[in-house]
Amino acid sequence: MIERSYEKYFRRNRLPHLWCPGCGNGIAMKAIVQAIEGKDGWTQDNTIIVSGIGCSSRASGYMDFDTLHTAHGRAIPFATGIKLARPELNVVVITGDGDCTAIGGGHFIHGCRRNIDLTVVLFNNNIYGMTGGQASPMTPIGKRATTAPYGSVDRVFDACNLAQAAGATYVARSTAFHVQHLVKMIREGLDNKGFSFIEALVQCPTAYGRRNKLGDPAEMMAWMRDNAMMKAAWDKLPEEKRPEGKFPIGLFYQSEAIDYDTAYDHVIDIAGGR
Amino acid sequence: MKAEFTIKSERCKGCGICVAFCPKQILALDPLGKIYVADQEKCIGCGQCELRCPDYAIFVDRVKEAGAK
Amino acid sequence: MSEARLMQGNEAVAEGALMAGVRFFGGYPITPSTEIAEGMAKMLPKVGGTFIQMEDEIASMGVVLGASLAGRKVLTASSGPGISLKQELIGYAAAAEIPVVIVNVQRVGPSTGQPTAPSQGDVMQARWGTHGDHPIIALSPWSVREAFELAVRSVNLAEQFRTPVILLMDEIVGHLREKVELPDAVEIYPRRKPKKTRAEGYEPYAPDDDLVPNIADFGDGYHIHVTGLIHDETGFPVGSPKVTEDAINRLHQKIERAADEIVKVEELFMDDAEYAVVSFGGTARTVYEAVREARERGIKVGMLRLITIWPFADKAIYDLASRVKGILMVELNYGQLVNEVRRAANGQCRVDLCAKYNMQIFEPEEIGEAIDRMVAEVSGND
Repeated sequence: MIERSYEKYFRRNRLPHLWCPGCGNGIAMKAIVQAIEGKDGWTQDNTIIVSGIGCSSRASGYMDFDTLHTAHGRAIPFATGIKLARPELNVVVITGDGDCTAIGGGHFIHGCRRNIDLTVVLFNNNIYGMTGGQASPMTPIGKRATTAPYGSVDRVFDACNLAQAAGATYVARSTAFHVQHLVKMIREGLDNKGFSFIEALVQCPTAYGRRNKLGDPAEMMAWMRDNAMMKAAWDKLPEEKRPEGKFPIGLFYQSEAIDYDTAYDHVIDIAGGR
Repeated sequence: MKAEFTIKSERCKGCGICVAFCPKQILALDPLGKIYVADQEKCIGCGQCELRCPDYAIFVDRVKEAGAK
Repeated sequence: MSEARLMQGNEAVAEGALMAGVRFFGGYPITPSTEIAEGMAKMLPKVGGTFIQMEDEIASMGVVLGASLAGRKVLTASSGPGISLKQELIGYAAAAEIPVVIVNVQRVGPSTGQPTAPSQGDVMQARWGTHGDHPIIALSPWSVREAFELAVRSVNLAEQFRTPVILLMDEIVGHLREKVELPDAVEIYPRRKPKKTRAEGYEPYAPDDDLVPNIADFGDGYHIHVTGLIHDETGFPVGSPKVTEDAINRLHQKIERAADEIVKVEELFMDDAEYAVVSFGGTARTVYEAVREARERGIKVGMLRLITIWPFADKAIYDLASRVKGILMVELNYGQLVNEVRRAANGQCRVDLCAKYNMQIFEPEEIGEAIDRMVAEVSGND
């Protein structure tokens, strides 16, 4: 029995999922299927979910499509192969902050550069959750992790800036608190023909929040509510007036550029392969 | 009654997100850590609980008032 | 037959893969394998296939595995350092049972080593390079013509057994130019397809009679899940001792039970031979010359050439050891496969090693001297 139409996109016999109580990944996973549900022509038969390794990447196992749980950091190369082999398929990548920006960092920027038609949703929980709370390239400076017991001193990647600089043609951010907004950001990413990147800030109460005294899951989400600013409002503020600790959400960048499949079609045409 | 709840207890992990974001404070966790509706009469059917439930364990549907067309 | 062409071993690999149905190549430049990528870059778009140069060797493995899951027959090629980087996903392909052919045009190692110099130092890496228990198939050609044939066979074996296959070239054969007549067509093992519908309870990792699963391609509507975690027949991860043991057993057994079909060796001058030289790949060319010369000196020596490196030719070597007084293993490394030969010979005769690892290929005289030494020592012991 399903209560909502989006539930048909879940392998319901595999629920409840393995994520900790209050983990934001479940919210982000729901946002993805709701975005897919609203998309004309995207079916469970022609949409492929590809993930890496880590908490985020367990999402693929719960989603009722052809799904691929790859190796750590490698989701984007696998997804690239699927998309190039069968361009008629729609390919969504689910990754995490460690998976995407550390071990998979090289693949991430080159996926952006090629503008391969993938939608990559990064579940950013600021930590390596599956392995118990080690610092990632997106753990804020000063925050504690098992491998940063005195607070992290490593400078942080802004994955959205990185994606834009590397050539992604759609870049957006939202949070697990702003659920409808997150769905919209993902949905518009699906609409973009090219490399779309959406950072979904999610709370990790177990491996990140607890160690950094950020409160229970609801308090972590209230922090998102209180500190995220819509990009339009953020942009109106002069840089010196942007409040300390606040961050923008929304559509950051969109541009028109030839996607890799289309570009390679030209190669096939020139070579006479059609 | 303005809303009807469907609660899938087997999915609920008792994280308390729905409790915290309910504007009318009508949800609570039972002694086993599962969600229940403590004061359904006050529910305004806003759906905030369902929206942010990470476990797809609570669903709320608005229903028409008795006698309403 | 098409007309004869002068071509390099690496080019022949590309031609063979293409004729066997490969329609996707992902790679990264590395000496001495680059001509394979270059050949594929030129030829694949002509037949509607896809070539992509990836950002690194790991990505090259990932992209071909993704394409394979989506139904294409796939190839990647590299050399030692690159193959080291590919190992993680070679293991993934073994575990998730994804057909893929990896060409390793070996060069001198370890590390960057001698990039342009020939070696056969990666035979044990081919077997044990990735972590965990898994089988592998590896083939090694001795001529340009055979590079073509084994490229075809590698693709077919990868599809038949849904496993990674390593085409273990060496720089000698990779860069050798010979006249080759390519056939117009070759026998092709088609992609395995599900034999049940979802409604009939299809399980992607349920083995067929040959213990190989008929895994659906992505996009065919089966909603399968593929993971590198140990999984049961449904494809979903299971943390059970029994499922883990069964999964690892089946991976091995699907190859082991077909070993007689997979393993190919070639014997030459063996009819009356009292001694045998075992070799493979480009080195076997020099062995052939050395054995011929030794026969001219009156020594009853023959040769056995390993065409399949893995699974190892246990039966053929055991049988060989029962027929001769001594075996000389000749390999272009410090001594790797000699230990497999000794294991398989099981003490039936002595097994000597003739090894070389100084950038140079063997001279027939060096092998001849090693044959003479073995013969003298065995005769002296009689």
